[in-house]
Amino acid sequence: MAPSRTGRRRPSRAVLVLLLLASFAVITLDARGGDRSPLAPVRSAAGDLFGPVEDVTASAARPFAAVPEHFRSADRLRRELASVRARNTRLRQQLAGTAVARNRAAELDGLLAGSRSTGHSLVPARVVAMGPAQSFSRTVTIDAGTSSGVHPDMTVLDDDGLVGRVLRADRSTSTVLLLVDRESVVGGRLGSSMEVGFLRGRGDVADDSRLDLELVDPGATARRGDTLVTWGSKDGAPYVAGVPIGRVASVSRTPRQQSTQAAIRPFVDFTSLDLVGVVVDPRTKGDRPVLTAGSTTPARGGR
Amino acid sequence: MSALRPLVLVALLVGAVVLQVSLLAAFSSLSYDGVVPDLALLVVVAAALVRGPEVAAGLGFVAGLLVDLAPPADHVAGRWALALVVVGYLAGRVRDDARTSAVGALVTVAACSFVGTSVFALSGMLLHDPALPAAQALRVIPVAVLYDVALAPFVLPPLLRVFRWLRPREVAY
Repeated sequence: MAPSRTGRRRPSRAVLVLLLLASFAVITLDARGGDRSPLAPVRSAAGDLFGPVEDVTASAARPFAAVPEHFRSADRLRRELASVRARNTRLRQQLAGTAVARNRAAELDGLLAGSRSTGHSLVPARVVAMGPAQSFSRTVTIDAGTSSGVHPDMTVLDDDGLVGRVLRADRSTSTVLLLVDRESVVGGRLGSSMEVGFLRGRGDVADDSRLDLELVDPGATARRGDTLVTWGSKDGAPYVAGVPIGRVASVSRTPRQQSTQAAIRPFVDFTSLDLVGVVVDPRTKGDRPVLTAGSTTPARGGR
Repeated sequence: MSALRPLVLVALLVGAVVLQVSLLAAFSSLSYDGVVPDLALLVVVAAALVRGPEVAAGLGFVAGLLVDLAPPADHVAGRWALALVVVGYLAGRVRDDARTSAVGALVTVAACSFVGTSVFALSGMLLHDPALPAAQALRVIPVAVLYDVALAPFVLPPLLRVFRWLRPREVAY
């Protein structure tokens, strides 16, 4: 090899080729493996390793982010959680009382009264890390994992509405797929007409982020200002029913498309996520208190 | 010293990766529509400017794998590794020009940020992970480049100093 202008030897191509091939090998292994990827255990180990570090970093940085909240004690935090819970339940009831009940008030009220609980049991958690936009996927890490009773395919919400679902749970942290991710599909129900549809994320977290709603019934239309709640799945996984998602911001209908398209403005502000709750079974036993619906004081370790 | 070197490198990379994902969560005001400064990329560029393409590409591979595997990442693993290997190699090839002037270093950071994010976005489009529209990628990439360039004057000099300190003695004469 001829020496370069500066007299330094030319960089070896072999190293580059080797590293590129290694990258391609990792990509192939992970992409081909799908859910049973050979990298899943590595990912889980990395989660166990990085989760606590991210937790500590976020905890260290949080006082600077919210100086007024610096001297917040655990008790105050718990009280705040309880009030957040109460507000969430109240909001949900309000929602049922306005949009939905206008339509089928009798049935719904009966259903609500009949169901053992109007709300859900929640494991409180804080967001400790958020994937950068450069990675083009909208996921966050929360500081509750399997040790707190959190498992994949559980619903995550905050006091404004639906946040997303648990994708992967490690020991002390879990990864949550946000509603706005392009891979996220949620079944939604319109408050006014009870029509169901599928909500897809656009991959934006900006303040003006929108979700696309496609109604199942091609004849149905969405009205501007309509509220949308989750439709729910079997056994509440991955989404429990009745969690507010957002409001219809605009409706469009093109002749080419079979169904009406509506843009939904989510209730949750995805740029400033902090305190969230994971919907769990009320009997869950974990290392942190489970907030049960209807009660204003948190129950220790679930009853 | 020789036993210390890999430890310092690993600590540097882990720190960069963790700060990248955790700072955003704590300081939502620091991100612009979710875009945060790519610290791992700056570490790789700094390594390339001091140590050259081979070391930087190797470091880029490790840094990329950490970004790929550390929560909350959920994309196909290896995509950032690929992007940062390319970044390390490219930055190492131009280091004679980039080292002499501050402007040269900033241009290198801008070019590396553009190439790195683009390689990552393109690999995602090829793998449908997710099926990303080009318009969205084109909206994110310029912001990412600007953010990396804006942070480079503050982050790059200390990183360069660390890598010079870590350089094996026999090269330093």
